[in-house]
Amino acid sequence: MKKVIWWAVLASLQGLDALEIVIDRGNDNPIPIAVVPFASSNSTGDISGIISFDLTRSGQFSPIDEENMLSYPSQPEDVYFRDWRILGMEYLLIGRHLSRVDGGITVTYRLFDVTAEREVKSGEITASRDRMRDIAHRIADEVYEEITGIRGAFSTRILYVLVENIGTSYARYKLEMADSDGERPRTLFETSEPLLSPSWSPDGQRIAYVSFETGRPSIVIQELKSNVRQRLPSYPGLNGAPAFSPDGRELAMVLSRDGNPEIYTMEIATPARRPRRVTRHLSAIDTEPGWTPDGKSLIFTSDRGGRPQIYRVDLRTSLTERLTYQGDYNARARLLPDGRHLVYVHRREGIYHIAWQDLETDEDPRVLTETSLDESPSLAPNGTMLIYATQDQGRGILAVVSIDGQVKYKLPSSAGDVREPSWSPYLDTLSAARGL
Amino acid sequence: MRQVRRYNVALSVAVALILVGCASQQEPEPAAQPAAPVDVEPVQTQPVQAEPESTDFDSRSRPLMPSGRVLATRFYFELDQARLSARDLRLLEMHANILTRNRDRRLVIEGHCDERGTREYNLALGERRANAVSSFLTSAGVRRSQIEMVSYGEERPDDPGHDESAWSKNRRAVVIYR
Repeated sequence: MKKVIWWAVLASLQGLDALEIVIDRGNDNPIPIAVVPFASSNSTGDISGIISFDLTRSGQFSPIDEENMLSYPSQPEDVYFRDWRILGMEYLLIGRHLSRVDGGITVTYRLFDVTAEREVKSGEITASRDRMRDIAHRIADEVYEEITGIRGAFSTRILYVLVENIGTSYARYKLEMADSDGERPRTLFETSEPLLSPSWSPDGQRIAYVSFETGRPSIVIQELKSNVRQRLPSYPGLNGAPAFSPDGRELAMVLSRDGNPEIYTMEIATPARRPRRVTRHLSAIDTEPGWTPDGKSLIFTSDRGGRPQIYRVDLRTSLTERLTYQGDYNARARLLPDGRHLVYVHRREGIYHIAWQDLETDEDPRVLTETSLDESPSLAPNGTMLIYATQDQGRGILAVVSIDGQVKYKLPSSAGDVREPSWSPYLDTLSAARGL
Repeated sequence: MRQVRRYNVALSVAVALILVGCASQQEPEPAAQPAAPVDVEPVQTQPVQAEPESTDFDSRSRPLMPSGRVLATRFYFELDQARLSARDLRLLEMHANILTRNRDRRLVIEGHCDERGTREYNLALGERRANAVSSFLTSAGVRRSQIEMVSYGEERPDDPGHDESAWSKNRRAVVIYR
């Protein structure tokens, strides 16, 4: 088994709050690629370094070190395929960026298939200079999709909760948003009371989360562009686990206003916001709703059978079926974009792992993570990786694992305990109008 | 709507009766003991007095047992469970007596969990623990209007450690007089 060890202390460049990526394990047969340092009219940043690191942490590529390259072409005339064949490369990426008089930059790139000796993809991206990282992630997405056939998810963001001074009376809870590589973290909301369950709207423009800022739990919807926060009407008891429907018009949630936790949905587009009850089980806990990709059903956790297990309910017919049978604790499930595969928290011999299950076969769940106290799995929009919360030496950290279990990396934070990660949908990060 | 409410009251009484039923069986004692010094005393057999008693609280507003010792306000649970031990039910009966004598006093019941398991499920489990305390108190004569509940799930541990000793202290319901 090939072990790829990477230490990228990029955190020092961005300030101490950034998450630092530590890659534990990569794919067994990663694709060799050369990402040549991009030529530049001045030194505005390390675009090729960011692309190279994106491809590396996908686990599916093994970019060659810069110092082992025999030449550093930046335009097609300077490419000699022999140089790259000798090094065993399958792909070659070159590029250049030009500063513009209006303060922006234009980056061009060309991707070559070394074996076929031909250009397979090229592109040109113009944006303001502070969008450097976004440009690099966009190019990584395009390269990844060209070679693997799967849409790239590097131009995405993650939400998470950072807790400082945990276990003291002056604990601070911060809702953070960072690039998918942990860079450029920014605080969206901060309070001395618990925050949890952040999740994204499908268009990536709003988020929902649970805040105890009033001393009671309430669900908050926050616009990312304006930072306008709206607290939903709060009911006695639990107000939790918000999840946007795939069309963004409804929010699934858990309320216990009728005496025990039940799943509800609520239209959020209409002014008269009344929750509609979905589950009816008087003595059970029903919680942690998640939508099926078609928006017609919800999956949720329930202990109606005595122990927490995953169920699916059809919103139209209310027909409910149990999805998990192995083990006595299965919770917080999420479906892959294909609607067929499920990831959830699975307890085995007292240890909490993230497990993966194919709903169309009767196979046992496959444990993806070897750590303990693993929770909150959240899938990348292309369904290839998931981010989750775990513990490392008594400290809450985030970690990423590929759905095939082969690729693993950690995102520890130097600033405190991190938890409750939520991976964004695909985002148009280069559109300045979005204000992201 | 009114019917639903009546049904819930009936249900909570039923739950409380089940809890009382459980109390007659021998329950395993929780591993952790409350930090405050407490005595377990037999349940009062005299009828509940209508007049408020000045001896129900000490100078720091802490609830007192008939013996004058401070009454425990933390109740501990087994993993994944929301069942009160026989000992806790005896202590809660004393709280119920104080609250029925002092109708102006309100109680906040907090439900908590250890860090294991998922956060939202733990919020629900913490609420179930607070409910177990509340159901018993209302079945013993405390008015619903005297009780408020809030579940913090695993968000507010008493002990921030990551072992069984910490976990057993964190699986708790806490009653706070207002």
